[in-house]
Amino acid sequence: MAEIKVTPLGAGQDVGRSCILVTIGGKNIMLDCGMHMGFNDDRRFPDFSYITRTGRLTEHLDCVIISHFHLDHCGALPYMSEIVGYDGPIYMTQPTKAICPILLEDYRKITVERKGETNFFTSAMIKDCMKKVIIVNLHQTVQVDDELEITAYYAGHVLGAAMFRMKVGSQSVVYTGDYNMTPDRHLGAAWIDKCRPDILITESTYATTIRDSKRCRERDFLQKIHDCIEKGGKVLIPVFALGRAQELCILVETFWDRMNLTVPVYFSLGLTEKANHYYKLFIMWTNQKIRKTFVKRNLFDFKHIKPFDRGYIHNPGPMVVFATPGMLHAGLSLQIFRNWASNPLNMVIMPGYCVAGTVGNKILSGAKKIEMENRQVIDVKLSVQYMSFSAHADAKGIMQLIRMCEPKNVILVHGEAKKMEFLKQKITGEFGIQCHMPANGEVVAMETKANLTADVSLSLLKRSIALSGDALKDVKKPRVLHGAVTISGEKMHLEDASKTMQQLGMTEHEIRFTSTVTIPSMSMEVVQKKLKRRFPHQSVQLTSDGSILVGSVLVKVAGESEESLDLLVSWPYQEEDLGSSLFTILQHGFASHTET
Amino acid sequence: MKLYCLSDHPNAPCLLLTFKSTTILLDCGLDLTSLQHFLPLTLVPSARLNSLPPWTVTGDISTQLKDDLKKELKECSGRVFVDSSPEVCLPELGIVDFSTVDAILVSNYHCMLALPFITEYTGFKGRVYCTDPTQQTGRQLMEEFVEYMERVPRAKTAVNWKKPSVLKMLPAPLRDIAWATSLRRCYTTHDINSCMSKVRVTAFSEKLNLFGSLMVSPHSSGYCLGSCNWVIKSDYEKVCYVSSSSFLTTHSIPILQEPLKNSDLLLLTGITQTPAHNPDSMLGEFCSNLTVTIKNGGNVLVPCYPSGIIYDLFECLSGYMDSVGLTQVPMFFVSPVADSSLAYSQIFSEWLCAQKQSKVFLPEPPFPHAELIKSGRLKHFSTIHGDFSSHFKTPCVVFTGHPSLRLGDAVHFMELWGKSSSNTVIFIEPNFSYLDALAPYQPLAMKACYCPIDTAISFPQATKMIKELKPLHVVLPECYLTPPTSQPLRTDLVVEAEVAPTPYKRGSVLHLPIKRRLERIEITPELAGSLAPIEVKPGVFVSTVTGTITARDNKYILQEAPKQALPSTPSSQPIRKRKREDDGGVSETAHPKQYVYGNLEVEELVQALAKNGITDVKVEDTASGHIIHLQTEDTIIQLEEGSTHIFCEGNEPLRRKLRDTLIACLPSF
Ligand SMILES: [Zn+2]
Repeated sequence: MAEIKVTPLGAGQDVGRSCILVTIGGKNIMLDCGMHMGFNDDRRFPDFSYITRTGRLTEHLDCVIISHFHLDHCGALPYMSEIVGYDGPIYMTQPTKAICPILLEDYRKITVERKGETNFFTSAMIKDCMKKVIIVNLHQTVQVDDELEITAYYAGHVLGAAMFRMKVGSQSVVYTGDYNMTPDRHLGAAWIDKCRPDILITESTYATTIRDSKRCRERDFLQKIHDCIEKGGKVLIPVFALGRAQELCILVETFWDRMNLTVPVYFSLGLTEKANHYYKLFIMWTNQKIRKTFVKRNLFDFKHIKPFDRGYIHNPGPMVVFATPGMLHAGLSLQIFRNWASNPLNMVIMPGYCVAGTVGNKILSGAKKIEMENRQVIDVKLSVQYMSFSAHADAKGIMQLIRMCEPKNVILVHGEAKKMEFLKQKITGEFGIQCHMPANGEVVAMETKANLTADVSLSLLKRSIALSGDALKDVKKPRVLHGAVTISGEKMHLEDASKTMQQLGMTEHEIRFTSTVTIPSMSMEVVQKKLKRRFPHQSVQLTSDGSILVGSVLVKVAGESEESLDLLVSWPYQEEDLGSSLFTILQHGFASHTET
Repeated sequence: MKLYCLSDHPNAPCLLLTFKSTTILLDCGLDLTSLQHFLPLTLVPSARLNSLPPWTVTGDISTQLKDDLKKELKECSGRVFVDSSPEVCLPELGIVDFSTVDAILVSNYHCMLALPFITEYTGFKGRVYCTDPTQQTGRQLMEEFVEYMERVPRAKTAVNWKKPSVLKMLPAPLRDIAWATSLRRCYTTHDINSCMSKVRVTAFSEKLNLFGSLMVSPHSSGYCLGSCNWVIKSDYEKVCYVSSSSFLTTHSIPILQEPLKNSDLLLLTGITQTPAHNPDSMLGEFCSNLTVTIKNGGNVLVPCYPSGIIYDLFECLSGYMDSVGLTQVPMFFVSPVADSSLAYSQIFSEWLCAQKQSKVFLPEPPFPHAELIKSGRLKHFSTIHGDFSSHFKTPCVVFTGHPSLRLGDAVHFMELWGKSSSNTVIFIEPNFSYLDALAPYQPLAMKACYCPIDTAISFPQATKMIKELKPLHVVLPECYLTPPTSQPLRTDLVVEAEVAPTPYKRGSVLHLPIKRRLERIEITPELAGSLAPIEVKPGVFVSTVTGTITARDNKYILQEAPKQALPSTPSSQPIRKRKREDDGGVSETAHPKQYVYGNLEVEELVQALAKNGITDVKVEDTASGHIIHLQTEDTIIQLEEGSTHIFCEGNEPLRRKLRDTLIACLPSF
């Protein structure tokens, strides 16, 4: 019996540095290779020494799969492939391949240039790492090798996010990455077919949230911006160039459209503009509404949002600016912040996590005075807002996905232990399936009860089902199949027993029994009638020479007198049960222990 | 397995396959060559066309019909045309009940134009499968065609001319129309929308499960954006449908041949329609004709479809025109679907060749026409009315439809430029004979160049492909076995295969020689664990197996039969009663627990009997073996080669003892 093993190296009862090892049918697969935002030391990357303490990972992994471009899912990839060492295939979707290296470069810059860390991956390493990437299209079945195949499904979490199914023989595992079951402003809902995997590994970020919280947060966000500009204030939104920036831009763009607002909205030139190009080219990955209308108007061709110029910083009146980088640690966003921070009418909205030590992190933890590099001290009087916009499935969505793919077991990752516990109860309760929530380094090993596959001769199958022609479609009632199974090597072949012997060059040894019995005198017609009653499911026939055939058991008159009838009962060994019971019945003169 | 051939036009295929109780329609091609028999549809009445003389039928028909036909038939430069709303030729729909069709597999956007006729007018209840680009582009082709038709509403459709009795009196080529009864007016926009809602889009190499019994996968065919060949597989049989493949490097993903190998059956269609014209040299000829015309102050008209080869032409031409100093000459692309065709081409990067696909990582649009539009060198319009006139300047190159020159804005440009010999019309689409296309415009001063660019495989390539794919059987249109009628001496323009291919004609029903012998069955681990296999040969194990079969989604599962309660089990009255009714209290349906084979040594049996306390035996040799007498019991065991017969006088316990002793002496499983 085969076993599937799942071991989280990261994201086990935690959010961050997603990295899960799966062993299925002897194949080792790494699912995601992320970094942890909360750590600056070794803990920021998954512990690859778990796989091997010496040497490279190539020999130990058959493939690596990256679910989407968020750094907590791909941030450790260049480190893993170029520093620890992995030369095998890395699978991801086309948008992920396009956007992932840009975010990695951003991340590298912050770490190396800002924090002065050495011993980190380089730009060249990011490039080399991306050369190992193989693109997977949605629903395409990719053959990793002769046995392992993977298929990607739409996850709806960010542009290009995918869930993956891995299959070896009859065993399969589905890994969701991050996903979202309700379509949002630019993405559709996650979807997978009823593939009945042995294990579903699902994220559980919002394991205890039930309502559609994203819509509310969006409304909140727009309300805050609106309130601020109504009062004449300026809104700064520090963002990373890609991902959330486009999502928020769409949000603001459609809001401006709907409300007929004229207050200027800007985004910082350069990367962000280029980034919008990615979104325009990957329209196929957005939701149906955007795809349907993109010929007339590509939603990522923003009408209200204009490129920003440094000179605009001192413009009077309200405005909204999206500026990079996202953590207020350098560049334009920091420059704008310095100029606007002292005015209580203004507002800064932090739409994501900020690494410790950055200005973003400081103001989020409530600092009212910030000391800059040149010892200048800034008074933080503007309003500071934090909003998380990540699109994850809530508890309802997770249950929905389980219903969709009907897994035999569920493993929860990418969530907090306490919340997972709640969800685990719910899943076990509702579906009656096993649910696990391993911690990092903890192995979940599962025996899979897979059926064995065999070739069956069509004639045997059809005879057993007793349906004519090709119409084997619906066999509702179970039917009995009897035959011989030949096993050679991995192959099993089911065939009629005598055919099997023929094919294997074995001669069947025929055994026949003939016994005599005497019953009270009666005509063979009466005997036939009595036998018919006793064997309602058998054919009981009177032959032309006055004998009776019950199945292939022959009952023949051997002699006759006034009071009695001598019968010869003859049957082949294949009919032993029928022959023997028929004989016994005759011996008892049709009297039966079951008849009273 | 049966194949119903609903069309034998090799580039407008339509085949129906029944396989494992599943009915699959392969492609839905629409034969558009019928358009050549009609007069062009002009938006503004054309004095020239209106003044064409009627053609009079000479024959034995009523005067009324003669008069009616005068209104239907017009003569132009010695050829007769039908003056009517143009009609298209449907596949043979009469020999199939479309409500039984489970799925329609479409291989490329050129092969789906008849789809609405089937999904909307036949009782079809199944699903249509095609790739996303096939769906989008196919929709564009249909929408363009319908828009062209509906722009010029004609009050009536001529019907008299196609009556069989009339048709045979008409001159060629009208007389030779083969399927006049299949001519129909086109569908409507509503039909297209409804038809498209029945489409389920697929990815290349996606495994589609049809009712659990067949696995169907589209694999890139390299012919155009999203084009594919289909592999239809059961667990044991494989059918490949190869339709319009290409080995040339164009903008689409190259052909994937591997999955097509070693099939039981290969259906092959879509070989190049212009075997005498090499696509690469045609491109060169196209460019030089264009240069000469423009340099002489003329204009160039390129009748074309709104998608496909034009993307390559825009790219190629702009570069070429730069190199010959014609950068200032504008290219116009006029089609009702021009904007969506150009927009979609840029977002289907996953379906493009590696070189184009790599652009999106920069990020840049895969095709340079985005840049050409930005710089104003390529201007696109939905129609020549409105905005177009203010941008129009000559000399120029105009790409517009329809390539048949019977409808669309191409008709306008033919009328506009036809009178001047400085202009040129260049034919690039291979579906239409250019002489037929030009016939209603004769006499024509304009120059005409025929530079068909057909990227589909050539005949030698098809022959080579069959050799490499090694199918057991090949089925193809009859016309592929003889040289084209236009070139009867080119014996190289046929398909050859080791095993003689089976040809088909429109309307034929082929019984395909594929015998299904095996089916897959799953055995539950519980049942498998209960088996006791015996090694009958080195490495070969055999065991009897008895189980119950269940089927779900056409998958068979064999599991342990529920244990039957013994008839003698003491139980309450009602249960006993039911039991008796059910099976008479006799376990008569039981199957043999084991099978015995091989031969028996008489000594061995005697010894075994002795071990079981039966010693009073006498062995007698016979002609064919031995007889063992059990002297006290009036019982004999008759041993022969391959068989043993036990005769006893009703002593059942003894018989069973003999049975068990005997079986223990024989090899069994
Ligand atoms: Zn994420």
